[in-house]
Amino acid sequence: MIALMKRDLQLALRSGGGFGLSLAFFLIVVMFVPFGVGPESAVLARIAPGILWIGALLSCLLSLDRIFQLDYEDGSLDLLATAPLPLEGIVAMKAVAHWLTTGLPLTVAAPVLGFLLNLPVEGYLWVFLSLAAGTPALSFLGTFGAAITVGLKRGGLLLSLLVLPLYIPTLIFGAQSVTRVVEGQSNSTAFAILAAISLFTFALIPFAAARALRVNIR
Amino acid sequence: MELTVTNLGCRRGELRVLSGVSFSVRGGTALILRGPNGSGKTTLLRTLAGLAPADGGTISMPREALAYAGHADGIKAQLSVAENLRFWADVFGHAGIDAALDMFDLRPLAHRQAQHLSAGQKRRLGLSRLLVTGRPIWLLDEPTVSLDTESVAIFGRMIAGHLADGGMAIVATHIDLGLETAETLDIAQFRASGEDHANPFLDDGFADWGNP
Repeated sequence: MIALMKRDLQLALRSGGGFGLSLAFFLIVVMFVPFGVGPESAVLARIAPGILWIGALLSCLLSLDRIFQLDYEDGSLDLLATAPLPLEGIVAMKAVAHWLTTGLPLTVAAPVLGFLLNLPVEGYLWVFLSLAAGTPALSFLGTFGAAITVGLKRGGLLLSLLVLPLYIPTLIFGAQSVTRVVEGQSNSTAFAILAAISLFTFALIPFAAARALRVNIR
Repeated sequence: MELTVTNLGCRRGELRVLSGVSFSVRGGTALILRGPNGSGKTTLLRTLAGLAPADGGTISMPREALAYAGHADGIKAQLSVAENLRFWADVFGHAGIDAALDMFDLRPLAHRQAQHLSAGQKRRLGLSRLLVTGRPIWLLDEPTVSLDTESVAIFGRMIAGHLADGGMAIVATHIDLGLETAETLDIAQFRASGEDHANPFLDDGFADWGNP
C-alpha cells in the first residue's frame, strides 16, 4: 500500500500530474476577490475566512475526477482489484495521496493568501488549523464521489453534483471555526464538529467507496 | 495442483453470457479458450479473476492464486519501464524485477518513460508484469495483440517456462503459441440460452458482502 501511495505522489508531481493545478486555481480565486468586491479592508476582513474556505473547496473539487478515472482507463484499477491489497486500503491510500497533493498545499498557502484579504491577525492560526482538520474530509468525500462515477465518460458534472452537497457541512463548520475567532467568540464547538466530520469520513468512506468500485469495475 | 471450475455462470452487466461452464486445468498445462468475437472469453476470464461476480458455480482455487492480464496493460505513461514494474512487484510483495526485465529484453528500455514506448513494447512490459506477481495461474486475454513474431515466440517460451515450473495458464487467443501441453476449450458450447435479466445492483452488487 505504501507502494501505491508512492506511485500516486510520483504521478502527481511529474509533468501533467495536476499537482500545481489546484494550488494555482486557489491562488487565482483568492486573488480575484479583492478586484471583484473592491478594496475596502473592513469588507475583505469580514469575508476572508469564507473566501479562503470556498477557494480551497473548489480547488479540491478540480482534481477529484483524476483519482480513479486514469487508473480505470489504463487498466490499472482492474489489476489493483486483483492484487493482494484490500480495495478499502487502496481507496484510503488514494484519498490520502489526493490530500497530500491538494489539501496540504492549500492549507500551507492559505495563511499567506489571508494576508491579501486583510484577514485579522488572530485568524491566521485558525485558517491553517481549520483547513488542516477539514480538507482531509474533502478528499475522502471526493474519493467516494469519484468511486461512484468512475466508469462514466465525462462524469465530472455528476461528480460535482454528488459531492457538493456532502461538502456543505465541512464548509460551514470550517469557515465558522475561523469567523468566530475573528469575531472574538469561542470556536471550540465548530472546530470539534469539523474534526468529527473528518474522522467520520476516515472511518466510513473507504468501505463505501470500495463497494462502489466493485460494482463499477465488473 | 489443479484448477477445477464447475457449472460456472458468467454475466456481463444484466446479460447472461455463459452458463454451465465446467473444465479443469492441471498444473503444468495450459488451456486455450476459443470462440467467436462476443462469445464471452473476456467475461469468463474476468469472472475467474473475481472482477465480475459469478452467477452460480464454483472455482476450486482462491482468487489469490490467479493473475489477470487484460486488454489494457495498466502502464503509467509518466513512469519509466523499471518504475512501472517495480510498482507491481511492490504491490504483489515480490522482490526482484530483474527476471521480468530480462525475459522480454526490456533492460535497454528500463529507464525510458513508458509514454515513449511503442505499442508492442508496452505490451511486452504489460506481460512481463505477470512474472512479478508470483502467482501460479495466469489468465491472459488476447496477450499477443500488437506483438511481432519474435515477441510472440518469446512469449510462448515465457508461458512454457511458467508451465514447466508447475504453473497454469488460461489463454484466450486465436494464434498458435507453440505450447505442447495445451488443451483447447471451445466456449461457444456454454452460451447461455435466453436473456435472463436480473437486477444487477441488488442481486450481485452486494452478493459477496462480508467476504470480498
